[in-house]
Amino acid sequence: MSIPADLKYSDSHEWVRLDADGNATVGITHHAQDLLGDLVFVENPKVGRSLRKGEECGVVESVKAASDIYAPIGGEVVAVNAELETAPEKINQGAYQAWMFKLKPADAAELASLLDAAAYQKLVEAESK
Amino acid sequence: MNLKVTPLNAVHRGLNARLVGFGGWEMPLHYGSQIAEHRNVRRDAGMFDVSHMLAVDIVGSGARDFLLKLLANNVDRLQKPGKALYSCMLNQEGGVIDDLIVYFLDQRRYRVVVNAATAEKDLAWMREQSLELTGPLTIGPRRDLAMIAVQGPAAREKVWRALPEAKAASERLEPFFAAEVTDLLIARTGYTGEDGFELMLPADRAEKVWDVLLGNGVAPAGLGARDTLRLEAGMNLYGEDMDEAVTPLECGLEWTVDLQSPRDFIGKQALTTSPRRARMLGLVLLERGVLRAHQPVETPSGLGLITSGSFSPTLQTSIALARLPVAVLPDQQVKVSVRDKWLVARTVKCPFVRRGHSLLVDFPAFVEPR
Repeated sequence: MSIPADLKYSDSHEWVRLDADGNATVGITHHAQDLLGDLVFVENPKVGRSLRKGEECGVVESVKAASDIYAPIGGEVVAVNAELETAPEKINQGAYQAWMFKLKPADAAELASLLDAAAYQKLVEAESK
Repeated sequence: MNLKVTPLNAVHRGLNARLVGFGGWEMPLHYGSQIAEHRNVRRDAGMFDVSHMLAVDIVGSGARDFLLKLLANNVDRLQKPGKALYSCMLNQEGGVIDDLIVYFLDQRRYRVVVNAATAEKDLAWMREQSLELTGPLTIGPRRDLAMIAVQGPAAREKVWRALPEAKAASERLEPFFAAEVTDLLIARTGYTGEDGFELMLPADRAEKVWDVLLGNGVAPAGLGARDTLRLEAGMNLYGEDMDEAVTPLECGLEWTVDLQSPRDFIGKQALTTSPRRARMLGLVLLERGVLRAHQPVETPSGLGLITSGSFSPTLQTSIALARLPVAVLPDQQVKVSVRDKWLVARTVKCPFVRRGHSLLVDFPAFVEPR
């Protein structure tokens, strides 16, 4: 599966999309869901919570394992995808459609520190070896 | 460490299985979706490569006496040829060396099937114990065999379609009986809580039999689905739910220990004299989250521990097996430490699921499988 070129990526396998309204949408990558297998539980941060870049803020669990979610950039949580509470498998079905939460970035410059698609591709290849 | 491979390894690779190390073997975790494989077994038929497990043939006129001493369950219950028995093999302290199934083939031949990770330890123990015996006996590991477990409500029909030569001998097999058809042993046993067969056959025929089963609509299933199926069926996994540090009385296997007959067996004295330290019960999570092995459990009678836990695809919630204080009863509320929270769960008698259906009562929140 190709890695969308219009997104940014963290080295902990979250993707980030800068929306037209200035907010950043966050999810986990196709590679991350593939490693985890069938997802059965998603816990998002609460709306209103202020996150620092790299802060642990949620969890996704598959049948076999749990994986922490980290804030790829700092900011305030302005929305969460409640659908994932009852249908976590949406992430398996389309990791780049099934977003987890939206942040109002505290510092837009942090976005520049994230990986682009080519750099993330290299990370995935290195981890698959 | 180099992982050992089963005779079906190339087949798994051809099916794009996700391969993982398990008990020293490279085994398929899943072939795409663990939950889909789980559902195939509950609703139709799935098959597992279980060739990593070891069959050991115990042969000779001393075989029965040897097994009477070796096993906590009583092989004198095996009167009709073909009958199988589940048992623990204990050390002198009553700790579980392994759990196994013993098949009574004829008066002087028994086949014992043991777990993969414990196979060498088991063999060494059996050989050591056999030295004290007077009757003639051989202990023969059968690394030349492959094993395929075909499980699910449609499993038997599909096996008969795939292997018509085995139908006559296996059609009337009751649960927990096996029949030999030339070099194939076909047993109505399994580890899923569903009907089905376990097939033991020469390794060089494994690929062909797998393919013909596949061609007859039996879906491949990996160790991931095997684990959630056995958990729903309330069956222990050796190394997780039991080991040499616990007795069968402490891990829900009282029913497999024969303390009534005057027969002496290894570990019996310890079981009858040492106080029971724990009991095994099932847990059903009443909140969102996933129960996992090693999570602490807070009960009205003290602390316990989850020994294995996961998400139940049939019940659509998380379930677990837990080692709890002896005084804890079924149908009590407990709390489980899940990550940074204490979540509410309820103790239940196992199994959770049998033959495709939930056995939980008074759990209106749980739905039948989608």
